[in-house]
Amino acid sequence: MADMDHFLGVPLTRRTALGGTAALTASSLIAESDPLVAAQLAKPVGVRLAIRTTVNGKAVPVEIDVRTSLLDLLREQLHLTGAKKGCDHGQCGACTVHVDGRRVASCLTLAAKVDGRAVTTIEGLADGETLHPMQQAFIDHDALQCGYCTPGQIMAAVACVREGNATSKDRIREYMSGNICRCGAYVGIVAAIEQVAGREKA
Amino acid sequence: MRPFTYARPESAVAAVQAFTAAGAGARYIAGGTSLYDLMKLDIEKPQHLIDVTTIRGLDGIETDGERLRFEALAPMSTVATDKVVLRDYPVLAEALWKAASQQLRNMATVGGNLLQRTRCLYFRNGAGGTSVGNTYPCNKREPGSGCAAIGGLDRSQAVLGQSPSCTAVSPGDWPVALVALDAYVEVLGASGSRAIPIAELYRLPGSTPNLEFTLQPGEMITAIVVPKTKAGRHSTYHKIRDRESYAFALASAAVALDMDGDTVTRARIALGGVATKPWRATAAEALLAGKPLTPATALAAGHAAFADAKAGKQNGFKIELGARTVADALTIAAARNRS
Repeated sequence: MADMDHFLGVPLTRRTALGGTAALTASSLIAESDPLVAAQLAKPVGVRLAIRTTVNGKAVPVEIDVRTSLLDLLREQLHLTGAKKGCDHGQCGACTVHVDGRRVASCLTLAAKVDGRAVTTIEGLADGETLHPMQQAFIDHDALQCGYCTPGQIMAAVACVREGNATSKDRIREYMSGNICRCGAYVGIVAAIEQVAGREKA
Repeated sequence: MRPFTYARPESAVAAVQAFTAAGAGARYIAGGTSLYDLMKLDIEKPQHLIDVTTIRGLDGIETDGERLRFEALAPMSTVATDKVVLRDYPVLAEALWKAASQQLRNMATVGGNLLQRTRCLYFRNGAGGTSVGNTYPCNKREPGSGCAAIGGLDRSQAVLGQSPSCTAVSPGDWPVALVALDAYVEVLGASGSRAIPIAELYRLPGSTPNLEFTLQPGEMITAIVVPKTKAGRHSTYHKIRDRESYAFALASAAVALDMDGDTVTRARIALGGVATKPWRATAAEALLAGKPLTPATALAAGHAAFADAKAGKQNGFKIELGARTVADALTIAAARNRS
């Protein structure tokens, strides 16, 4: 397996492999298509804005196109790919992060709005090698299958407990309803949240 | 997404000035949960965004005195958990927490929510953002193009207030509760400030469904004011959805009751999920005045609320569902009177 992890001496990760493939596919598609279509696909130049935000405790000065969502800023510019793009319309919760301690859908948050504010993503939850109790609880309760929605579920779950909304199974379900799990791991997710909420109460 | 300029004023007056200076294509953006979403779909096409969330001191909640006053930028989640709102006006708290998810309630403001646009499938689809080839006609999106919902898939369309041009449902919950409580909004524009009764903020579609609100260009909502009423304690927002949580209403009812024992002295009833604007059910209110609230009078009031309803092909169920939603809401609110 060690050989598989390197390609021409360059460390190969799933991300670089996928990124390379995507870039090749996109460029070849445009080259083969009508010039008019290629022109339509070219992004119009947007207004640039310099912002200063804090991400997972680190100051991040960054220049953005004002159209950028917080999710795209995190994933495409800061390479924090934990927050996931599910629907990109605020309906699935896979992109959930915290802004100034409150959970939001990063796909519907203009990146410009986090200027001067503190963002926490799934990457900022663990304390070094020690998992956040909610991350551990998700493992303990097998609260995932494919894992795509999990970073959003965990960020929503941490907020749910912090808000005081993890007081019963029904209330947890209500306050986690913005996070869809296509694999249907809801029973494990509710159990994980109950475990963390119970521990903090004790 | 189309390019736009982006301004961040620090006061409401500066925001209005920025809007005026920007001219055509300017829009205010607050939480952005509706506007930014529709920009991604190429349905909203602002050329200039004026972000009002950078305005300082416009997110307060006042519950002392004769009225409740919510400044426009207060997040939905904050107002939903205000102690006075929770205790004395459950209809308001429930309308907020039964709307959207906690993530969206943390982003969306109580002012911006009043201007949320319809979830009509034909309005949201086919503008070019998500589909290739032919687009669906929609008079709200492209005035004069027609309405694909009329004669099309109309299960989620309105049964009250439709016109031959449009049957799109007004999507909100919060506006329905505010209509029941006779709230008004304070707005600020280039020519100064004014107050608008909440029911008059919304237009019927008529022949211009693209015009949804009575705000003048450049006017922004700065606050929502609710006159205090003892009926607030005997109130509820009852919302029936395809799933138990995080969905738009198929039918909903905001109800607040003044009661003398078991007799209703005055009922306030507004409907959501069934009409083209937040809908005051005045006939149902009149029917209940002076009568005891029983299962029979509650259902009669529910049916009175839908006396003028007209169904399309697939949304006829909303008429009976809506009537029973009103009847249930009346029963819940009356029980709160006794407790």
